[in-house]
Amino acid sequence: MKRYSKEHEWVELQGTEAVMGITAYAAAELGDITYVEVPALGKKVKVNDVLCVVESVKAASDVYAPVGGEVCAVNGNLDADPALVNQSSEDKGWFCRLTGVAQTEFDALMTADQYAAYTAGLK
Amino acid sequence: MKQTPLFERHRALGGRMVEFGGWEMPVQYPAGILAEHRQCREAAALFDTCHMGVFRLSGPTVGAALDAMLPRSVSGQAPGSCRYNFLVNAHGGVLDDLLTYRMDAGTFLLVVNAGTAEGDAAWLRAHLPPEVKFEDLREAWGKLDLQGPRAFEVLADLGVPVTTLPAYYHWMPLSLFGLEMLISRTGYTGERGVELYFPREQAAMVWDRLLAHPLVKPAGLGARDTLRLEMGYPLYGHELNETTTPVEAGFGRLLNLRDRESIGATALRQPPARHLTGLRLASRRAARAGMTVIDPVSGQTLGTITSGAFSPNLGVAVALAYVAGAAPPAPGTPVRVTDPASGIVLDASVAPLPFYRQGTATT
Repeated sequence: MKRYSKEHEWVELQGTEAVMGITAYAAAELGDITYVEVPALGKKVKVNDVLCVVESVKAASDVYAPVGGEVCAVNGNLDADPALVNQSSEDKGWFCRLTGVAQTEFDALMTADQYAAYTAGLK
Repeated sequence: MKQTPLFERHRALGGRMVEFGGWEMPVQYPAGILAEHRQCREAAALFDTCHMGVFRLSGPTVGAALDAMLPRSVSGQAPGSCRYNFLVNAHGGVLDDLLTYRMDAGTFLLVVNAGTAEGDAAWLRAHLPPEVKFEDLREAWGKLDLQGPRAFEVLADLGVPVTTLPAYYHWMPLSLFGLEMLISRTGYTGERGVELYFPREQAAMVWDRLLAHPLVKPAGLGARDTLRLEMGYPLYGHELNETTTPVEAGFGRLLNLRDRESIGATALRQPPARHLTGLRLASRRAARAGMTVIDPVSGQTLGTITSGAFSPNLGVAVALAYVAGAAPPAPGTPVRVTDPASGIVLDASVAPLPFYRQGTATT
């Protein structure tokens, strides 16, 4: 089950390991993604630290850690094919995996329904 | 914010509207910037350019009057032709870049940028002699750009065969859709194409008729920017402003600065201390306007990025920058782009312009 941040990251938790990316809403707002900087393996982040950078044709945007943890895997396909983030933002366009994630930080994020209501309010 | 006559069309097409030069313009449609860029490189793209300014200057002495203001002489410009030119101040700083259309011996059209049009009009009125008539056509004329390698097929299907089109950088009158128009073989994309001028109240009709052709799709300012950047064309407010000169921007050889006087000519005769330079980045990651260009060995600052983005056709990021030096840096020279604010360090090398060399504009 996924949870969502106000900064438009999604995160899915399996035990203490999480996979994250940016939401379809964020990808659509950014437009065509042309570059994704994924973090170094082993990087330790706290919640809301800058985790990745995503560039569209027009601008660069920081992507924040929706939960704290240590980076244990990154999506190597984004280097050659950043358009995966537009095409499949919450599946093939995942950014990285984090270990050592606290359940409480995950639980503090929005559910899918809450996030849908949140983005509806932004329009 | 001002709106063009096509504002509702853009909204209906799902255009994402942004501010540009005081106008509310589509930066992209739902297809996205990359698809709109490709549309222009491979078929035909339609751009709303009704935000741009058009002025008509007339009188028996108009050629001489413009020669006194413009660093590129126009008095010898042939009727039927278009030329790229600059409005400069006494320091040679660029007030605007523009096209001059020679209508006849005593008449020119000046086509200027949207954000600078008001200032241009004031400058022209202040500096033109009273016997030259100045007409502001911004509220009377509309303009659309049809650009792409298949643009002429579109026009042929609409009853304008390619044999009747003007030559590159020329214009002619045209009857199309029951309107008397002006068509010029000019553009800002590097592709074969035309700019169409017509009565402003007919803009929606002309837009609809052109867009009805299966080869034509709309493109916004985002694609317009990546297309011009791949060609190394300057954008006013980025590569050109009142602190830059046409000589620094690489257009010195277009100018006529010897044996005549015009506003700013003295300053423009001085050798430039920096040059607008193309940079090819090492990856897809873009250098952005305002970032610093440094020497990768000494760390010395060389200049500043003025525009940068991912180049869809090259598959890497490209940028334009002003680089200090008596001569432009040689192609292949390695440089580094840094941004203290974000900590970005990007490798790049000097590249000849245009970046994109397969453009069909002159074909």
